[in-house]
Amino acid sequence: MLILLGVGVIVVGFAVGLNPLLVVVIAAFTSGLLAHMTPLQVLAAFGHAYNENRFVSIAYLVVLPLVGTLERAGVREQAARIIARLRGVSAGRFLISYMVLRQLTTAIGLMSIAGQAQTIRPLVAPMAEAAAERANGPPAPETRAAIRAMSAATDNVAVFFSEDIFVALGSVLLMVGFLASAKIVMDPIRLSVWAIPSALAALAIHAVRLLLFDLRLARGAGPDAGGDAP
Amino acid sequence: MIKLGFVYLLAGLTFAGFAIYSARDAANPKRFGNAAFWGLTALGFLAGDRLGDLGNGVLVLGLAILGGLGLVGRGGRPLAPSGDRLASAERLGNRIFVPALVLPLVVAIGVLALKPVQIGGVPLMDPKQATLISLALAVIAAVAAALVLLRQPLSAPLQEGERLVNTVGWAILLPQYLAALGAVFAAAGVGKEIGILVTTYLPVDTRLAAVSVYCVGMAAFTMAMGNAFAAFPVLTGGVALPILVGQFGGNPAVICSIGMLSGYCGTLLTPLAANFNLVPPALLEIPDRYAVIKTQVPTALLMLIVNVVLMYVLAFQK
Repeated sequence: MLILLGVGVIVVGFAVGLNPLLVVVIAAFTSGLLAHMTPLQVLAAFGHAYNENRFVSIAYLVVLPLVGTLERAGVREQAARIIARLRGVSAGRFLISYMVLRQLTTAIGLMSIAGQAQTIRPLVAPMAEAAAERANGPPAPETRAAIRAMSAATDNVAVFFSEDIFVALGSVLLMVGFLASAKIVMDPIRLSVWAIPSALAALAIHAVRLLLFDLRLARGAGPDAGGDAP
Repeated sequence: MIKLGFVYLLAGLTFAGFAIYSARDAANPKRFGNAAFWGLTALGFLAGDRLGDLGNGVLVLGLAILGGLGLVGRGGRPLAPSGDRLASAERLGNRIFVPALVLPLVVAIGVLALKPVQIGGVPLMDPKQATLISLALAVIAAVAAALVLLRQPLSAPLQEGERLVNTVGWAILLPQYLAALGAVFAAAGVGKEIGILVTTYLPVDTRLAAVSVYCVGMAAFTMAMGNAFAAFPVLTGGVALPILVGQFGGNPAVICSIGMLSGYCGTLLTPLAANFNLVPPALLEIPDRYAVIKTQVPTALLMLIVNVVLMYVLAFQK
C-alpha cells in the first residue's frame, strides 16, 4: 500500500506547482525506497529507463529546426492569409475538417505526418485564429489562448480515437500479445474493427463541441459583450 | 540497416547545436543554464548507451536540478519582426508550404514504400522503428527544401530551432521523465497494488457494474500512470478476462479494444501524459499550463460514457 505514495507525490507536487522534473524524480525515489530498493538502485533504474525511453518525445524534438525555419519564412502569416480569404469559414468548422482529415490519415497508419509541433503550432492554430478573426474581429488574448488550446485538444482527440483502427500500431499489438499470454488467440484486425464505433462517436461529440465553440466565439465578440465577461 | 541510433544521432547533434546557440544568446541572463541543460540532453542522445545505468541516472538528476532550481531561462531569442515575416510570406506565397508538405510525403513514402525494401536480405530500415526513422529522414529532406526553395540562411534551422526549444524549456523532457517514472513504478509494484485495490473493493457482480468498473478503472488508472499501456494488462487481467469474458461470456475483441479506448479518455485528462497535454501549451505559448487538459475534459468524460455503453451493447451479442 505504501508504495502508492509515489503517485501521491506526483499529485501533490504538480498541484503545488513544484518543478515537474523534480517532482518526477522525488516520486521515483519515494516508491522505489518504499519498495526496499537502495538509493543507488533507484537512480540506476531511473537512468536505465530514461535511456530506454529516448524515443518517447523524439518526434517532437527532430521537427523543431524545420518548424522554426518555416516560421522565420512566414508560414504562420501565409496560413492565416489563406484562411482570411475564404468565405464562410469559422474556427470550429475549420477544426472539424482538420479532425476528419487527421482521423482518416491516422487510421491508415500515417499518424506522424501531423502533430502538435509540426502542424498545430505553425499551421492549424494560426489558421483557426485567422478564421475566428475573420468571422468576429481580432480576438482578445484569452480568446486567442482558448482557440490555441482547442486546436491542440482537437489533434489529441482525433489521434487517440482513430489510431487503434490501424492494425500494425503498438497498442493493437500490445493487446494481441497480452491476449496470447492469456491463451486467447486474436487476429489484430478484429481488435481494429471494434475501435471504429468509438472513433465515429469521438468525431460526433467533438464536432458538436466545436460548433458550440463557434457560437461562444461569436457571442464573445458581439457588440454588447464588451467589458469583463468571463 | 538504418536503426533508431540514426535518429538519436540526429537529435543529439541538433541539441548540441541548440546548446551552442543558447550559450551565445546574450539577451538571456540564464544562458549558461540553458546551454548546460541542452548540452546534457545532447549527451544523453549521443552517448546514452555508453554512460551505463548509473551514469544516465546522474545525468537525469543533473537535468532535474538544473530545471528544478530555475537555472534554465524561458527566453529564446525573438522571432524575425512580424513585418519581415509578412513581407516574406507575401513574396513566397504558397510556395512556403512546399517544405511543410515534403515532410508528410516523405513520411508516407518511408512508412508505406521503403519499409519492406530489403538490400541483400537485410531490411533498409529497422521495421519496428520505420515511423521514427522515416520522420527523421523527412525532416532532413524538408529542411533542405526550406533552405533552397525559401532561400533561408544555413544558420536558420539551428537558430530558429533554438528559439522554439527555449520557448518550451525544460518541459520538453518531461515525457521522457514520466516514461522512466512508469518503469520505476512498475519495478516497485505500483500497478499490482492498484489492481488489487480495484478488484477487491469495487462491485463487479452485475454486467453493467463490471463493464463500468473496467472502463472507468482503465481511465482512472491511466490518469495515475500517465499511460493506457500500463493500465491495460493490470485491469484486463484483473477484471476484464476473469469477469467480463469468463463469467459473463463477453467478446474479448470488443472488450479489449474499447477498454483500451477508455484508457485514452484518461490520457486526455492527466498531466502525466505530458507529450499530449503539457508540452502543447508551452509550444503554443498559452499562459495556463493546464489549458489543453481543461479543454479536453468534456470530450473525455462524454467519450468515457460512450465507451461504457458501446461495450455493454456490443460485447455481449450472441
